Amino acid sequence: MINVAQFACDVAVIGAGPAGIAAATVAAEAGKSVVLLDDNFGPGGQIWRGGKPSDKELAAMQWLGRLQRTTARQIFGASVFQIQGNQLAAETLHDAFCVSFKKLVLSTGARELFLPFPGWTLPGVLGAGGLQALIKAGLSVAGKRIVVAGTGPLLLAVAAYAREKGATIVCIAEQTSWTRFAEFGLTVLCSGQKFVEALKLLWRTRGVPHWKNSWPVAALGRAGVESVRIARNGKQREIACDLLACGFHLAPSTDLARLSGCKLEGGFVAVNNLQQTSNPDLFCAGESTGIGGLEKSLIEGQIAGYACAGQLDRARDLAPARAATQRNAESMKRAFALREELKFLSEEDTVVCRCEDVPFGKLRKHASWRSAKLQTRCGMGPCQGKVCGAAGEYLFGWETSTVRPPVVPVTCSSLAAFSASGTSESIEGGLQ
Amino acid sequence: MPETVVVSVGGKNVQVPVGTSAAVAAIIAGEHCRTSVGGQPRAPLCGMGICFECRMKINGKVHVRSCQVICTDGMEIAVDD
Repeated sequence: MINVAQFACDVAVIGAGPAGIAAATVAAEAGKSVVLLDDNFGPGGQIWRGGKPSDKELAAMQWLGRLQRTTARQIFGASVFQIQGNQLAAETLHDAFCVSFKKLVLSTGARELFLPFPGWTLPGVLGAGGLQALIKAGLSVAGKRIVVAGTGPLLLAVAAYAREKGATIVCIAEQTSWTRFAEFGLTVLCSGQKFVEALKLLWRTRGVPHWKNSWPVAALGRAGVESVRIARNGKQREIACDLLACGFHLAPSTDLARLSGCKLEGGFVAVNNLQQTSNPDLFCAGESTGIGGLEKSLIEGQIAGYACAGQLDRARDLAPARAATQRNAESMKRAFALREELKFLSEEDTVVCRCEDVPFGKLRKHASWRSAKLQTRCGMGPCQGKVCGAAGEYLFGWETSTVRPPVVPVTCSSLAAFSASGTSESIEGGLQ
Repeated sequence: MPETVVVSVGGKNVQVPVGTSAAVAAIIAGEHCRTSVGGQPRAPLCGMGICFECRMKINGKVHVRSCQVICTDGMEIAVDD
């Protein structure tokens, strides 16, 4: 029989980005036993990922410091693959373990939305946030020519970051219109702190061509990307580059929430004023309830943490701040809504599902995600549709609602370990 | 000089700064991560453990997302495996 480590706690938090850090910190400060899990190799999520401590902003240093002063147990490199009732199962590179909890906070954040276009599978074509994450994990971009494309405020931030690391940003191709971008600028202008940040970003990217109404049509190259064709003002031009960093804003990571039966609204996890989901013991905070950035995540994380600790007054005190960050989220959603043209970039042989190499031509005939999965293996590879599922929702209007355990690929020994620890029913049930 | 570790990528020894991920070590070594079912070379896309494009065999364990693993001295990273 295989022994699995078992932890019991008052509050488990999945995802150690700003929302999860805030939730774990305030719950632990309130005297609750807390387990904080993340599949990355350290705390911070994507926004505060890695880098040297001096690179981190003040808020990051404050929150990370506050977290370290609590008794919250932090486990990194751990992928949660199953949640059943008040227990979750996770796997690390070396072993598997189980956590039972009274309350659970899902602060799983968001991932970049990737849309297929010819050549997007070439090495050297990566996400905008993807590029930033790789630079923080040691990738040198000094002397590299980089085209940044897609949509959202992340493009500017990534361009600024890569430039400071020695890259030449050839251009930023933003798909949204000048009008929408300007409207977003106005909202930012009215929000104080964010305005200062925006000005800093503009200064850091001064001199870089920042096109609107522009998007990548194709990435070209042999063994890797050598150039990108950009559509702009009805014309196309080919631009030489070493890397193409391309992301179409963010899609919420709702896999674990859906696995746990939490209701969604408009693709996001539905929560009440206390960040409580339709499952009373489960709370959700941060980007998975609406893409709103750092402030929203920190506020919602604290609300969830206080609520889990039973400090409802403190949770409710944050309601006005929460409302303000949610208005920002709405304005961002309008500003970076995707244009119709992006639905028609793929050619018949353009791969949409990268795990199983399923081309666009085979997918467009299907009326539903389920039908496509059954007949083409789309979404059935290791990423479990985390990339092509979101693309399919946009391209074909499919709903990718079903989530079954294990949510991420795990070893048979981890599954076996859970059979031994008494959670086998759920796993077998999921595989039927 | 930053501290470094030496890892093996596809049989080639490469020296990388401490804190480098296995995915980045593959890029430094000039290697892609895997070959797709249709025969295309693939390299990291999301950099954050979502897309599985960077999966490699690391120290004998298959299908490890190399972007989520920090290089340690003597680590064996296999391409296309």
